[in-house]
Amino acid sequence: MLSRTADHLYWMARYTERAENLARLLDVSYQMSMVPQSVAAQNENWRAILALNSLEATFAEVYDEVNVENVLRFMVSDPANPSSIYSCLRAARENAHAVRGTLTAEMWESVNATWIDLRQQNFEHILARGVSEFFDWVKLRSAVTRGVTFGTMLKDDSLHFIRLGGLLERGDNSARILDMQYHILRNGDEGASDFYRWGALLRSLSAFQVYRKVYRDAITPARVAELLILRMDFPRSLHACADGVIRMLQLIANGASAETERQAGVLHARLHFARIDDVLAGGLHEYLTDFMDRIFELGDGISRDFLIPA
Amino acid sequence: MSADFYNEMYDAGGTLRPHYRAFAEWLAAMPPERLARKQVEADTAFHRVGITFAVYGEESGTERLIPFDIIPRIIPAAEWAALQAGLWQRVKALNAFLNDIYHDQEILRAGRIPSEQVLNNAQFRPEMMGVDVPSGIYAHIAGVDIVRAGAGESYVLEDNLRVPSGVSYMIEDRKMMMRLFPELFSRHLIAPVQHYPDMLLENLRTVAPKGVTNPTVVLLTPGAYNSAYFEHTFLAQQMGIELVEGRDLFVKDETVFMRTTQGPQRVDVIYRRLDDDFLDPQVFNKESMLGVPGLLSAYRAGQVTLANAIGAGVADDKSIYPYVPEMIRFYLGEEPTLNNVPTWMLRKPDDLKYVLAHLPELVVKEVHGAGGYGMLVGPASTTAEIEDFRARIVAAPEKYIAQPTLALSNCPTFVESGIAPRHLDLRPFVLSGKRIGMVPGGLTRVALREGSLVVNSSQGGGTKDTWVLEN
Repeated sequence: MLSRTADHLYWMARYTERAENLARLLDVSYQMSMVPQSVAAQNENWRAILALNSLEATFAEVYDEVNVENVLRFMVSDPANPSSIYSCLRAARENAHAVRGTLTAEMWESVNATWIDLRQQNFEHILARGVSEFFDWVKLRSAVTRGVTFGTMLKDDSLHFIRLGGLLERGDNSARILDMQYHILRNGDEGASDFYRWGALLRSLSAFQVYRKVYRDAITPARVAELLILRMDFPRSLHACADGVIRMLQLIANGASAETERQAGVLHARLHFARIDDVLAGGLHEYLTDFMDRIFELGDGISRDFLIPA
Repeated sequence: MSADFYNEMYDAGGTLRPHYRAFAEWLAAMPPERLARKQVEADTAFHRVGITFAVYGEESGTERLIPFDIIPRIIPAAEWAALQAGLWQRVKALNAFLNDIYHDQEILRAGRIPSEQVLNNAQFRPEMMGVDVPSGIYAHIAGVDIVRAGAGESYVLEDNLRVPSGVSYMIEDRKMMMRLFPELFSRHLIAPVQHYPDMLLENLRTVAPKGVTNPTVVLLTPGAYNSAYFEHTFLAQQMGIELVEGRDLFVKDETVFMRTTQGPQRVDVIYRRLDDDFLDPQVFNKESMLGVPGLLSAYRAGQVTLANAIGAGVADDKSIYPYVPEMIRFYLGEEPTLNNVPTWMLRKPDDLKYVLAHLPELVVKEVHGAGGYGMLVGPASTTAEIEDFRARIVAAPEKYIAQPTLALSNCPTFVESGIAPRHLDLRPFVLSGKRIGMVPGGLTRVALREGSLVVNSSQGGGTKDTWVLEN
């Protein structure tokens, strides 16, 4: 298929997935801010969200103070913030528009309808209705788009590039959410509220019930890390994402992509054969940072081999 | 009011024309609320699917819906047969003319058309001199605008031979009518039009470069911001071919390739919806980011076919239009069966004098204009508008032609006040390759404003489904 078409499909999927995960991240932060804690600790949490996306400077240009409402406004509906949910969904729609002939009618209508609906909701409406409801809406729209994608598209390279983009983005995003929350949780006060905080993190990744089912035991940081990193059967884990990425790369392989495939294989093997005790002993933050770097390299390789060939 | 115009549905005495009889019975039995509801349903469906066009000059990126009217325009079989014969004759002559002026220029040497009219025309491309194109075809897709005037006689208004658009609306309008009123299609024998993309693809495959047996055909678009982008995606999808932009293509060893995820792939036929000026920045507009550097060299080497050919625009230029009947006589030895509109060429002093004295009753057009932009419709203009246009004509008379204001035929149309007559035209699409062919029908455009004679979508025009009856 045309490289440019593949590029648009891949980025359409990445932005759709990014918007969904951003909604998940903001939702968990918002939930946690309900748990009794000092205002300073709370604002630290919101500052961490800006830092996660290297957005402190952009934020400071417009907003005086880091607080719940300002950060939410900035991350949800500020068109000037390239990482806001608004900007992600706009980029997803623009990429879809550029290749709408390649999409099934249902897919195009789903992506377009999300965008049309989003434009009718300003931040005041979202606040009035409750931000959690908005985050649920973002997750639902993402699920609808994913559903019509799998339900209507031919299983050819178009679908493979969409899946590749979605999986790569999801792996990166899961790692980011875990990295940020794990750090905060480890440094927080131990106590009864801990259960709620770990619970909120699991819920934000749709992993709460999964955790119960898998472990049938109390929530411990090590098990949470194991579930989100190493469990092959949990669809948002890093292992599951890496596994999907390597399968997609095998399906689209061309004469130039061997090195990218090898790198994906290394990434996958490191997850496949790892034990959580070793991961934690080496430092979770270091482990996740290394993972995100490798994902970035893979993205680079995919662009070079398939999407923007010289 | 209606006495001055030919009505497609009723004759001058107010009697229903026979080919509208079954439709009129159906319409009479239809409760007005149901009709209104169907019109809303059509509008909603078009919007949801996103069948829109971008409007130039308005706020950037404005996408508008082309209004769709639920009352069809019906053409009886015999009338269509005559029209089709006339169209084929005309398009064959236009292709012969293009082949001639880019080779031996016999028609110029015979003195049938003044040489300077062709050779000094901005649309004439000297780069095409001596280039042989497959089957000698330059205008593979021609969108010929036809109108019907006072007594019901047809005229060709324009031959669009560059990148004519609108065919997607012909197909979408038919799909919409079948969805809204399936019962109508069992009451009439209506010739199908939905196979147009198949005919188009087949036609494009027949003009592949020599020696290519299984050609790769692509559609070249200027991109998502072009007013006809919807149509580009639609046709590419229907034909199952790649929709490419200039940056997807490159030329190596006088051969065109597209960049794919499996490496470079050769391209043999380009259905381009990009104007000549933007095709190759090495030769034409140097600023163009939309084209493909080196494309002309590959084309001249016969390694790729462009449809339509570079330089086809010289044959549909308004200053050449008056000579088309002469082309038919010269190349085919036949008398033209479709009428040309009498045209004053304002570069001629006598014509200019006459036109300046009669501006309020004439239509004046820019020679190189298109899309209903830059024209004066005398009877529909204020004195100030006419005087403003007069000054522009006097400043550069060679840039204009003038024609009598045709009493465009009208057809009942669903408007706010109910059903009322509105003026319309017809754009059938003629496909030329190894053979010539077309689907029976075309795009009917209707001027929705009362009294308006301008049917262009950019000027508030709408569309109707066009039925050619089979009997």
